[in-house]
Amino acid sequence: MSPTIQDHAARKRWMGLLAKAPPARLSALVEALGPTPGFTWLRAPEVGGVMMQGRMGGTGGRFNLGETTVTRCALRLDSGEVGHAYVRGRDKDHATRAALVDALMQTPRAGAVEAAVLTPLEAEAEAAKAARAGKAAATRVDFFTMVRGED
Amino acid sequence: MRDEALTGGFADAPVEAARAFRAALSALARPGRIETIGGAAAPAPVSEAAATLLLTLCDGETPLYLAPSHDSPALREWIAFHIGAPLTDRAGAAFALGTWEALAPLDTFARGTSDYPDRSTTLIVEVPRLAPEGKRLTGPGIETEARLNLPEVAAFRANRAGFPLGWDFFFTAGTALAALPRSTVVEDA
Amino acid sequence: MYVAVKGGERAIDNAHAWLAEERRGDRGVAELSVPQIREQLALAVNRVMAEGSLYDPDLAALAIKQARGDMIEAIFLIRAYRTTLPRFGTSRPVNTGAMVCDRRISATFKDVPGGQVLGPTFDYTHRLIDFALAAEGEPPRAAEAQAQAGEMPRVTDYLNLDGLIQPEPEDDETPPDMTRAPMEYPAGRALRLQALTRGDEGFVLGMAYSTQRGYAKNHPFVGELRIGTVAVEVDIPELGFAVEIGEVVLTECETVNQFTGSKTEPAQFTRGYGLVFGQSERKAISMALVDRALRWQELGEDNLGAPAQDEEFVLSHADNIQATGFLEHIKLPHYVDFQSELELVRRLRAEARASQEREAAE
Repeated sequence: MSPTIQDHAARKRWMGLLAKAPPARLSALVEALGPTPGFTWLRAPEVGGVMMQGRMGGTGGRFNLGETTVTRCALRLDSGEVGHAYVRGRDKDHATRAALVDALMQTPRAGAVEAAVLTPLEAEAEAAKAARAGKAAATRVDFFTMVRGED
Repeated sequence: MRDEALTGGFADAPVEAARAFRAALSALARPGRIETIGGAAAPAPVSEAAATLLLTLCDGETPLYLAPSHDSPALREWIAFHIGAPLTDRAGAAFALGTWEALAPLDTFARGTSDYPDRSTTLIVEVPRLAPEGKRLTGPGIETEARLNLPEVAAFRANRAGFPLGWDFFFTAGTALAALPRSTVVEDA
Repeated sequence: MYVAVKGGERAIDNAHAWLAEERRGDRGVAELSVPQIREQLALAVNRVMAEGSLYDPDLAALAIKQARGDMIEAIFLIRAYRTTLPRFGTSRPVNTGAMVCDRRISATFKDVPGGQVLGPTFDYTHRLIDFALAAEGEPPRAAEAQAQAGEMPRVTDYLNLDGLIQPEPEDDETPPDMTRAPMEYPAGRALRLQALTRGDEGFVLGMAYSTQRGYAKNHPFVGELRIGTVAVEVDIPELGFAVEIGEVVLTECETVNQFTGSKTEPAQFTRGYGLVFGQSERKAISMALVDRALRWQELGEDNLGAPAQDEEFVLSHADNIQATGFLEHIKLPHYVDFQSELELVRRLRAEARASQEREAAE
């Protein structure tokens, strides 16, 4: 794997994590980082739509399923790093924080930001998913045989 | 993505886009009238007027053709960030950008269908300068006649003959913008 | 005679003010918040998102509040809002095979890998009003069990292995979008699915029911029904790769239909497909049945003349916003239209009377 693709994979992971984070939680974690560097907008937060697609039968040809709201923005830190965000929903503060963290992850502070923001977000997302999966598992049917037909 | 690609958008998008859209409408409604638009900066050789027009008229659903005079990696990146318009060939283009020479031959662009005459290409033609002189324009939106320094006559006459099908043109130079809808009659002076 | 009139502004303003007051209801009762609607009327929110064709639970909840619970009015608000959004792009097709399922059942295979997971369903409730809900109080916490590792494979994949079901090969052709181009018939399956997933639940249910009752009978089994969360991934041109922008809850239904073969196809099972925003299983099953009925042509079946086989009929009448717009407009002033009809009827009556009198005189 080339370094670029590895970089992409890492950035893809954190951008997805930031987009899926509960907005209030992300806000608290970014707040806890302390003072964040100044930045200028390359693209101020704007709300738009993305058309979601599905596949016929789950695996076949594409069709348009309907849209979702999405907020995007791009900013440049005073130190030069550019952060992008695309976040489902209409929360401009959420998008701003996601772009800010995306930019910070490209600075020497990346390690600290990873530990303070991304690691807890990932752990909490896993825990929430596991809790829901646990409830689903509790509704799983165990069949047991009452009578068998043959003699 | 290079830095140049991320800058040059509108500072105040709703206001600047509305202003530019109004100017583009006026230019089309009054063929030959020269409007002034600006606010956007795309990589060279795109003029300020053409960059502003692209930001105003194009989006992720308007396939755009870049003629060889304008096609460059820097412009492609600028379009990807600011507009998201898919780049396409001549036949599939909703909009096309280039110099008059680079856009020729025009009949490779869509002229619309009789059911949907709007499904034609709008050409953004970069010219060295725009002046109200030269070819004579008459038709809808022109009280008596207008003058514009168009590059030629034959192509526009042929375009007019195919009405209601045909191409609509914007001409851009610096911050100057003029337009020629398919309904305008163009003649030598 | 034509008389142009204007007026009613004050009456309209006052009607709006009263509407706002009636919406609030008794001020002695606590006001509903948008999060309350989102969390506690989630299935109403899902329906508004599905038929509004815009996934945004907070917005749908607000629309329900504004519409006083009138679902079609709320859907109308969402549709109107949707038109104001610049479109940033198109997602990659959602991978429902990787869905994190809250519910997943199959009516065709008892021992399907991954199991029959009931999820938060009404299916086994007794449909008795629960008066305990009228009192305040928190429900007990749901039980948790150890989740099993491993995927939940598609049920139809098993039939696929033996060639017993019509395959659904991957195809990445750009589908038409009814929100961008006018409908043209024949529409094709991609457009039909888009129209059905945003169609009125009652209409799609009625159409589906008609196929079960024998109008274009196609004997469906619910091969699989799954409800859960999928990630939405979008290609970002300025980055050159795709990122997940969030997650959505979807309901997917795949029906397996008996098919005895036709002039062009061997005997095998065929599929109907439903995919709908939110937990919306009645709609998803209905969609799958109607999808299957509409596929008669490509499967070489006979046209039985059933309404559910008529693509133009189904698609032209599935949209409740189109329908209600046209229906409700007739209550708005038609004074001039009606005046002309009135004059016509009077003239015809006068002419008839005159001719009767003439005949009587002769």
